[in-house]
Amino acid sequence: MSDNQNDNQQADSQSCGCSQVDQEKRNFLIATSAVGALGCAAVAVPFVKSMTPSERAKAAGAPVEVDISKIEPGTMMTAEWRGKPVWIINRTEEMTAELAQHDGQLSDPASEVTSQQPAYCKNEGRSIKPNLAVIVGICTHLGCSPSGKLQKGGDMGDGWTGGFFCPCHGSKFDLAGRVFKGSPAPINLVVPPHKYLSENLLLIGVDTEEKA
Amino acid sequence: MTDKNKSALSSALNDGLNWVDARFPLTSNVKAHLTEYYAPKNFNFWYFFGSLALLVLVLQILTGIFLTMHYKPDADLAFGSVEYIMRDVPWGWLIRYMHSTGASMFFVVVYLHMFRGIIYGSYRNPRELIWLFGVAIFLVLMGEAFFGYLLPWGQMSYWGAQVIVNLFSAIPFIGPDVSEWLRGDYLVSDATLNRFFAFHVIALPFVLVGLVVAHLIALHEVGSNNPDGVEIKKLRDKKTGFPLDGIPFHPYYTVKDLVGVSMFLIVFSAIIFFAPEMGGYFLEANNFVPADPLKTPAHIAPVWYFTPYYSILRAVPPILNSQFPGVAAMGLSVVAFALLPWLDKSPVKSIRYRGTLYKQWLVAFVISFLVLGYLGTVPSNVWGQFGAWMGGADRATVVARIFTVVYFLFFALMPWYTKKDKTKPVPERVTG
Repeated sequence: MSDNQNDNQQADSQSCGCSQVDQEKRNFLIATSAVGALGCAAVAVPFVKSMTPSERAKAAGAPVEVDISKIEPGTMMTAEWRGKPVWIINRTEEMTAELAQHDGQLSDPASEVTSQQPAYCKNEGRSIKPNLAVIVGICTHLGCSPSGKLQKGGDMGDGWTGGFFCPCHGSKFDLAGRVFKGSPAPINLVVPPHKYLSENLLLIGVDTEEKA
Repeated sequence: MTDKNKSALSSALNDGLNWVDARFPLTSNVKAHLTEYYAPKNFNFWYFFGSLALLVLVLQILTGIFLTMHYKPDADLAFGSVEYIMRDVPWGWLIRYMHSTGASMFFVVVYLHMFRGIIYGSYRNPRELIWLFGVAIFLVLMGEAFFGYLLPWGQMSYWGAQVIVNLFSAIPFIGPDVSEWLRGDYLVSDATLNRFFAFHVIALPFVLVGLVVAHLIALHEVGSNNPDGVEIKKLRDKKTGFPLDGIPFHPYYTVKDLVGVSMFLIVFSAIIFFAPEMGGYFLEANNFVPADPLKTPAHIAPVWYFTPYYSILRAVPPILNSQFPGVAAMGLSVVAFALLPWLDKSPVKSIRYRGTLYKQWLVAFVISFLVLGYLGTVPSNVWGQFGAWMGGADRATVVARIFTVVYFLFFALMPWYTKKDKTKPVPERVTG
């Protein structure tokens, strides 16, 4: 009798292992697998973190001082701040007057996207001084540096009113770094935090204190 | 040598082989993958490109090993070390030109290999997994080419990497963090160069070789397709069980592929020795200028093999102040290939038995691919602007938009036009 039962049980487990699940063993396996997966995820953290900017890279972002006395009206210079090009454009009166003329062609003429400039530059020229624009020369599309096409017309065609042209994907900006409609760049160029230390000395990377 | 010596030698060799076979499946593997792997007897020249891709892979790994002996993955030294390889390392110029030409030729043969798969329906049941492994190989290859292109640290290297890494920042919410994580800095820098070197020489080559092995194992499991799209395994020799329309891969196709290899090497050598820069298409002029993070070259374009996708990226305008749609379209234009096995509803596999409707769509797709590829190499104002009636839009941008739509319609409408297409009857046996 007992032999017979044994035989039956053996036959069962051989033909179909699924009928006899050892629930305790299964729970144990699930638990160990879950703990193992957690362990693997935990070990992955240092590897993933190792690819983020190092302490040295973080420390490299100090403000820079720029002497702006040598920029002739109608020209620009490029400074380096945090490894990025920062343009300082000395606009002529004709150029600043032009800024008000083409609002209809711009995506964001009034600089409503507040992340793109400090509050003290949310004005028509996007600048502290009406003539001097300080703009990060990195296209908001995919990070190329647009070329200065400051003068009207030229190789940009007759309708061109002066500004910047990105060679990578053809985005166009005016002399305040505002993007023209139809460009792949979604928003205006960034105005970095900056302040004037004196008439001819500009500090990029530090905000101008708001007058209380 | 006397007969007696000969037989002694052969029996010694036999003993050696038996010794190995008892410990490693050498003979059975040679049989399974070469001497008794039966491939359809009607392969044409389109079937060269698979073995050629394997050849180029080996060439790239080999030349790459020798380049790493002299290259320095350091932002201050990288550009100089490449010039050092070109000028001072004995034969360094040849090894470097083999590697740079090999990169472009890799894409030439892979594109032709993929086109072969498309026209003969090689992605259809039961070969979906071969195709998916293939698409994965294509994606990894694109990554490999991209990472490798930064290493010479020229202007194109730098700004190309800047653009591509910034593509990730278009992903909503997590994007900016992802691209910062990829760069390891706030802009493309020494940290970026160093990790791209690691990806290029160790991480991706490993993945690539693994995927190639999987691609071949899957192929040898189900058997090769052929220009007729007929399954040769259906009709077998009654005695041997081998397919009636099949011939052993070795020696028949090894010998045939050697012809393809010779022709390929003639072209390859001609490029290396007479036009290694290929008029700026294989090595761009701007990349002979060291990287300058403050100044983007006046005209930047990716290497030719990326230009169709780059055109699509450029063609899609930002939607709701976001560049994500363009980036998504570019990604989709590559990944769309993976969907082919499920988009194609035709009762036949090969273009030989398809109707005109399918052929028209295929031609439209090829033209789109080529036009987008060309437009990606030139600035978007190359053809001037339309008049005021089109809002003064760049002509080239409008053309790129039209062909981008055609490109995607080829995939999106495939279930419809492959079903509607008037196909011809498929023969029982291959037609030679």
